[in-house]
Amino acid sequence: MVSDAPRPLLSVSNIEVIYDHVILVLKGVSLTVPEGGIVALLGANGAGKSTTLKAISGLLRTERGEVTKGAIEFRGRAIHRRNPSEVVKHGIVQVMEGRHVFEHLTVEENLLTGAYTRHNGQSTKKDLDVVYHYFPRLTERRGFKAGYVSGGEQQMVAIGRALMARPTLMLLDEPSMGLAPMLVTEIFEIVARLNRAEGVAVLLAEQNATMALQVARHGYVMENGRIVLDGDAKAISENEDIKEFYLGLTGVGQRKSYRDVKHYRRRKRWLS
Amino acid sequence: MAFFFDLFVNGLMIGSMYALVALGFVLIYKATSVVNFAQGELVMFGGYIAAALLVLYKLPLAVALPVLLGSMIALGFIVERGVLRPMVGQNVISVVMVTVGLAQVFQGAAALLWGAQTKNIPLPIPLEPYVIWEIYLSPVNIAAAVVSGVFMVTFVWFFRKSRMGIAMRATANDQQAAMAVGINVRMVFALSWAIAGLAAALGGVLWGNLIGVDTQLALVGLKVFPAVILGGLDSVPGALVGGLIIGAVESVAAGYVDPYVGGGTKDFLPYVLMILALMVRPYGFFGREIIERV
Ligand SMILES: Nc1ncnc2c1ncn2[C@@H]1O[C@H](COP(=O)(O)OP(=O)(O)OP(=O)(O)O)[C@@H](O)[C@H]1O
Ligand SMILES: [Mg+2]
Repeated sequence: MVSDAPRPLLSVSNIEVIYDHVILVLKGVSLTVPEGGIVALLGANGAGKSTTLKAISGLLRTERGEVTKGAIEFRGRAIHRRNPSEVVKHGIVQVMEGRHVFEHLTVEENLLTGAYTRHNGQSTKKDLDVVYHYFPRLTERRGFKAGYVSGGEQQMVAIGRALMARPTLMLLDEPSMGLAPMLVTEIFEIVARLNRAEGVAVLLAEQNATMALQVARHGYVMENGRIVLDGDAKAISENEDIKEFYLGLTGVGQRKSYRDVKHYRRRKRWLS
Repeated sequence: MAFFFDLFVNGLMIGSMYALVALGFVLIYKATSVVNFAQGELVMFGGYIAAALLVLYKLPLAVALPVLLGSMIALGFIVERGVLRPMVGQNVISVVMVTVGLAQVFQGAAALLWGAQTKNIPLPIPLEPYVIWEIYLSPVNIAAAVVSGVFMVTFVWFFRKSRMGIAMRATANDQQAAMAVGINVRMVFALSWAIAGLAAALGGVLWGNLIGVDTQLALVGLKVFPAVILGGLDSVPGALVGGLIIGAVESVAAGYVDPYVGGGTKDFLPYVLMILALMVRPYGFFGREIIERV
């Protein structure tokens, strides 16, 4: 448990989230992320992982969702009434599920948008170099329209773009989605390196529990809008129920993959 | 042949003034998804303010211009904050109707404040045309083309390269993702209207100088629709090209056809083009198809 740590970087206490004034989705979720830690948030389709992350980043409001109970504190300050732009300035950036790169902007322009909340041209240049250092593939792609690079590269753009805001905490929503296993490994390794070298704390929402628990130190398992289990990453990955239901490993070691169930589509949001 | 080029070149210069007005329209549509039916009235309002400052208050141009630009930027901000922001999330028709209403309010307000009779905007531009290779170039048209051109080049630079410009394009592309990276989307909306106000101010001066300032000036806004449909509703270069095409086509057509039919070609031909364009390329020549991955 992390309770013996000093004060957590992020603490979510007993939040309730309602969409459209009537749909109760989170029913009292609590979790903490320590300074510089990686925490996994696991659960099946519709468990409420993305909703939890959006409650933290403030993006909930763009989807007519609202935190109706509980509190979210970042370094001891309440942030759940803030808009996303302010949350980013505080040092929390969400990398949304489905990547959401700006397809019509080049890869480099995408990265530059990440530096929006910081006004310093000099350091922006340096941060670009840092991103290209972690994602060397993006260097060759910098002038390409982001809509036309591969899915893995788009995920790198999305993470790199978030990095440009110099976050203290990155909320990563299913970075593995729709990617080939090798790429997933590559991206998780980079996330782990970012955490180690840059000290960025990560709250990682994943269906791919096997991968997530390899990089995380601590894990929470969600089901139906509640945390049903939490503990050390190792302990979770050895838990029999978890093995069965969330790691997709049945007794004989067959794999069920949730990745196959999901697909995503993105459109311009002119009319919504 | 000289006759043709004469019509064509002067048409292009008029077209640059359509492009200027169209740019404001496209910018608002692109960033905020609002189809602004009050763009022409915004231009008219700019013309009225210019005429009032120069003629009524007799301010020198060097003073009047900054005041004009400042007030039109402010007007853009106010309209966005006061009228359109509360409409966010409402259905498309409601928002369109609000802009139609705004158009009438501008007309009424301008007439109330400064009277309905036609005013002119005196600009220090010579009347005598230049003749180059037998083409008669009116200095007013040249000035209009230069002002529009400089504004548009500056704008395109801003839109492509500056931090705010990139933020505007990002917002136009994916609003939620723009919020996720910390872009202040409300600021982007307000800025789009402010820039549209700025373009309308320049358009008001140029068009007002050319055809006089009264509520009829708002009719230039009607030519914006064929221009932007041709170019693509969401395309900045499209606004430019669409404006130029409309200007050139109406000028050439008026020169050749009007003598036979007694005039009026200018008024409907752009719309014929618009209808044809919609049938052939519904998203315009520069508009973007949606990139979609499933
Ligand atoms: N905008 C919304 N309006 C109404 N209900 C929503 C909205 N977004 C999500 N929900 C509902 O909230 C529940 C949790 O959704 P959420 O996206 O948080 O799950 P998730 O754990 O991220 O699932 P996935 O693994 O599929 O991404 C689901 O039942 C979903 O239908
Ligand atoms: Mg999700």
